Amino acid sequence: MYQPTTNMAEQNLPNGLPGPPHLENKKQNILSQEKPHYQFNGVHSSHSSRSSSPSARMGQIPSSHLPPSRPIPQSQLPPSRSPVTAIAQNVAGLNFIQNTPNTNPKFTTSSPNLQNSANFGQNSAFSPIVPTVPKQQVAQPNTELENIPLTNTNSNTLENVKYQTNTVPISAQNSTVRNPTPVNSSQITNQQLQPFSQVSNQFSSSQAYQTFQNPPQQRPTNQIPPQAPLIRTQIPTTTVTSFPNVQIPSNQSPNQPSNLPQVPIMQHHRPIGPYNVYSNPPTNEGISNVQSFNLNPNAPPKILPLNNNQSSPVTVQAQFRPSSMSSPNLYQPQINRTNGPPTTQNLGSQKANLHSNRYPVPPASNTILPHQQANLQQQNFQGTPQQQQYQNRISQPLNVYQKQVYPAQPQTEHPPQPQLGNLTQPQNTYNTQHNQYQGVAQAGFSRYWGTESYDLLQNPNVLPTIKIEAPRISLGQELLDQANCSPDIFRCTMTKIPENNSLLQKSRLPLGVLIHPFRDLSHLPVIQCNVIVRCRACRTYINPFVFFVDSKRWKCNLCYRINELPEEFQYDPVSKTYGDPSRRPEIKSSTIEYIAPAEYMLRPPQPAVYLYLLDVSRLAIESGYLHSTCSILLEELKNLPGDARTQIGFLAFDSALHFYSLAEGLSQPHEMTILDIDDVFLPTPDNLLVNLKDRMELIKELLSQLPTRYNNTFDNNSALGAALQVGYKMMSATGGRVTVFQASLPNFGPGALTAREDASQRSSAEVTQLNPANDFYKRLALECSGQQVAVDLFIVNSTYVDIATISGISRFSGGCIYHFPLFKTSNTLQCENFEKCFRRYLVRKIGFEAVMRIRCTRGLSIHTFHGNFFVRSTDLLSLPNINPDAGFGMQVAIEENLSDVQTVCFQAALLYTSSKGERRIRVHTMCLPIASTLQDIIHSADQQCIIGLLSKMAVDRSMQSSLSDAREAFINVAIDILSSYKLSLNLGSSTSGLLAPNCLKVLPLYISALLKHIAFRIGTSTRLDDRVKAMIDMKTKPLYQLIQMIYPDLYAIHNLENQEVILNSEEEPVSMPRRLQLSARCLENTGVPSYDAISDQMYEIPVLDNLRNQRLCQFINYLNEDKPFTATVQVIRDNSPNRVVFLERLIEDRVENALSYHEFLQHLKTQVK
Amino acid sequence: MAFNFPAFSYIIALIVDAFLIFFSLFHVIAFDELKTDYKNPIDQCNSLNPWPILQLVLPEYLLHLLFNILFAASGEWFSLCLNIPLIAYHLNRYRTRPVMSGCGIYDPTSIMNADVLTRCQREGWIKLAFYLLSFFYYLYGYVIALERDRIEHT
Repeated sequence: MYQPTTNMAEQNLPNGLPGPPHLENKKQNILSQEKPHYQFNGVHSSHSSRSSSPSARMGQIPSSHLPPSRPIPQSQLPPSRSPVTAIAQNVAGLNFIQNTPNTNPKFTTSSPNLQNSANFGQNSAFSPIVPTVPKQQVAQPNTELENIPLTNTNSNTLENVKYQTNTVPISAQNSTVRNPTPVNSSQITNQQLQPFSQVSNQFSSSQAYQTFQNPPQQRPTNQIPPQAPLIRTQIPTTTVTSFPNVQIPSNQSPNQPSNLPQVPIMQHHRPIGPYNVYSNPPTNEGISNVQSFNLNPNAPPKILPLNNNQSSPVTVQAQFRPSSMSSPNLYQPQINRTNGPPTTQNLGSQKANLHSNRYPVPPASNTILPHQQANLQQQNFQGTPQQQQYQNRISQPLNVYQKQVYPAQPQTEHPPQPQLGNLTQPQNTYNTQHNQYQGVAQAGFSRYWGTESYDLLQNPNVLPTIKIEAPRISLGQELLDQANCSPDIFRCTMTKIPENNSLLQKSRLPLGVLIHPFRDLSHLPVIQCNVIVRCRACRTYINPFVFFVDSKRWKCNLCYRINELPEEFQYDPVSKTYGDPSRRPEIKSSTIEYIAPAEYMLRPPQPAVYLYLLDVSRLAIESGYLHSTCSILLEELKNLPGDARTQIGFLAFDSALHFYSLAEGLSQPHEMTILDIDDVFLPTPDNLLVNLKDRMELIKELLSQLPTRYNNTFDNNSALGAALQVGYKMMSATGGRVTVFQASLPNFGPGALTAREDASQRSSAEVTQLNPANDFYKRLALECSGQQVAVDLFIVNSTYVDIATISGISRFSGGCIYHFPLFKTSNTLQCENFEKCFRRYLVRKIGFEAVMRIRCTRGLSIHTFHGNFFVRSTDLLSLPNINPDAGFGMQVAIEENLSDVQTVCFQAALLYTSSKGERRIRVHTMCLPIASTLQDIIHSADQQCIIGLLSKMAVDRSMQSSLSDAREAFINVAIDILSSYKLSLNLGSSTSGLLAPNCLKVLPLYISALLKHIAFRIGTSTRLDDRVKAMIDMKTKPLYQLIQMIYPDLYAIHNLENQEVILNSEEEPVSMPRRLQLSARCLENTGVPSYDAISDQMYEIPVLDNLRNQRLCQFINYLNEDKPFTATVQVIRDNSPNRVVFLERLIEDRVENALSYHEFLQHLKTQVK
Repeated sequence: MAFNFPAFSYIIALIVDAFLIFFSLFHVIAFDELKTDYKNPIDQCNSLNPWPILQLVLPEYLLHLLFNILFAASGEWFSLCLNIPLIAYHLNRYRTRPVMSGCGIYDPTSIMNADVLTRCQREGWIKLAFYLLSFFYYLYGYVIALERDRIEHT
């Protein structure tokens, strides 16, 4: 029971542990003055962060956090069109875009806004700018693969020097070289593959600069031929065809020009597994039995086939030989040889294209293109007079410059050029060359800062080529930046926090953080010390962002209290000396784990206890899940996390409860059946949960018997409620994990449910029954939570099981839920997926009796939590179990003006008991700078995180209000954000197009994908259970999984040899094709020799002994690296019945009742004011 | 001095209202405790639902309804009108309560959300103010009713 003592909230073991809390409490109060506070669970309520800002917590949710509900008049919705017209329309809106934005902020040291330095607007003729571009482009991939032997020699500064020296020759050559010779796409890609150093070599030879000037492409969009050609233009890669050399230019980094056209596509989507579609590999050396996938024969667009055949096998092999990688020169010769004209040509055309709207640039003019100028400028940036000039103009904070000489291109995205013209008024008004230069410079700057805008309507290919990286947080100090928490763990919807609430409202962005606290980490500093240094007022753990007043005192960065530093903190365990406290690991890393001393325990750490509740009703037996489950359990028994005390138990239930006594001395498990389930009791006090090691043989015997034990059952009832109650009784003494397998609707005994779903309403616009039918499971979950019992659900249903209700047992007890709809063991795909999932579930790390507390700087407050847990106090989450696949979200409100501080911090402290019986505290701290202008705020938005938070808020909205409200809210968020961006540009109403900042340009795409996601779609038949499960996933998945769920990754895999090569975690090279938009226009039909070789059920890629196949396997493995368990692979033929599985994921296209992406944008445009 | 029915209903309202003031005070305090982490939400909801806050709810609604029925019976239409909005609010509040087996209206799993908490707290303060004001009004109404009675009799 809970008792109203002050530190009640701290007790994570509230039940059954009568004595300690009070004693501790008193002692604490007495000792609090002279002695550091000891707390339970790391959180002491009376000293919690709350106390630092008493009133702060009560703040209302700023309305900006809630998507405004604004109905969309029907009349404003775009008229429905046939898919074909939609596509055509899509196409018509396109412009030529040569630069495919490529974001790769991950490796850059600079601030997010810091753009590729190569792009600086600059004054012309002297500069060797162009070379920079290719360099950066190429360099980027390399930086990504940090370990490639070649790279290291080139530092930015070195390169700069090089460029400078080259200047003269280049400009000279500029004038001479102008004609674009068509270059093969394959050549281009080869070049891209080259390691860094090659590039620099290239630059050093003046030849490389020859081709700056391609004829600018000035095709007005309307002139673009409607169909096929158009499509070509849409796809960035295809631009290669029209501009021979184009692709290489700076930003582009790794894209792989020509792959698009070639058909094969691989879609990676976990739930269903990747779909591989092979078509007609140009050289069929690889998978010969794979056939072409002709997705959409009628689809207008056929991309111009590019010749990839030229890529020589030799080259490819070289790429994959690590040894060869080390010698940069290896590749270089090839480039020049094969490409004929140096690739840099592209720059010119690209640039020209950029500005074609604004400046009438003659196609092949000799004038220096703005882009070049930009590059030039950048090069000269240090030390040239111009630099100051520019600095004066820039309104934004400039500390970036001071920090690093040349940021390694944080965001490589380059705006589709045409839009730059719209960026600011002044640019449009002047015509003189000088002014033109200015405008260009400005554009260059805005690009440099990452503040350029994109016209979404003009530029449908918004996806960066590889992957959208989290924007970097720039604190203005390199050291702090490095120390900041990884965005995989802690992420905020913006990388700069608005200084007050009204600014936040103005930006219309949601403010919140997503956290993945127990993520599997490869490197985690673990500290064992006598005293864990914490702020005495707010109990914040010491972290890299505190201020050291002097060597003995530190100032808390959350509540600003000045604290003493204990003696031993100055001791450096590494060097074994006393001195500077900043050498401590706590100060160096913002993610750290402490081994907690006894003060953090209310009782000895609990052992790992696992209980399995198995549904053995008729439906369950028919699904056959018992066979898979038991066999996997048998295999993994030894690998279950735990120490020598680990306990395990089993219980089967249908309309009765079947207990298994595994008492010592038995040769067979002893089954006891209880028929009276209304008032459950345990048939025997012990031997139901037994020590795993001691009774291993009995357990194995039981597991081998179980699958067939109930084969003849005809019991249709399932008494889940009673089973859970019994499970709770068995576990309540220790706490632990209950795993429930449920195959049919729990229709018997306590907590019985009835089928609520009306199958005829599955596609209706109003979805009801999203909320639980009763509160039995929730109440039970709260009791479980109090006893440190978490309940995980594996739902292997074939009929409606009312997930909305029974999920309560997991939602509030910190469990997790897995759903395998229509599960049948005979379905290979599902079965494989289930087994992988269950195996991972069994062996992954687990933390018991956990609590997580989130603290934030005074002035902010956390007001709504998302995830599976029970909120025990305003900032304390009770998590009976924590697992590495659980993510959480919190909405944050700004309650006080923050303008007097530089940074704000969030700190999450997770106190848990490891499976080895250690009490540990994992602390994550994230620090964010404050910004005071609307521009800054908008450009610091993190679109993926915003989507993550929005989807969680939308789930709440659908449950509390209705699904249509949630859908409207999504649309309104997009409208509001784009409107506020437009407002921040000060463009007035004259501009056309739908402008979005670089950092938010994918947001509308994600939102339109969300509207078609199972959780939120209407009009398409969706089972209620699937929908509810999808909603639960939205609330609990870590961000990277969530994003993939919302917008799956699509890759073409027919052309891997021509792709950029990156390194996987084992430092093996992997071909990485660019990501494609999820649209049929990205597919192409090419012939494949043996089409029939693909069966309808092809769930693996045959392993063959050839290079193509190896490359493919490597690629697939690479994609699997990040996933908790490897995805299952399904190969789908175009005419197989499964094709719909693939087609329904082409979410950019119009389907029956949902707008296509382009239509969605048009709708947004009508609404954006 | 005769004690007529309107006067009776006012005196009852007066007494009941004193209780209601207590209830809403309790309500405010309980949520404040929650907010300041003094109490565990399960606890608090159990005490509120089954008993004080959560379960204090139904008695409060019923008591409020009780004297309003008396007002209706005694023809004190103006007093009744003053209370009708609150009755309607109570009915709606109870109708839209979260799914639960007991008769409370507070759900321990959502009560810690800052917006819910704030709303509940604000509701407590507003009701407190309302009950306080109406206490004096009922006192006044009681005196008036007696006066009226006296004038009629003399």
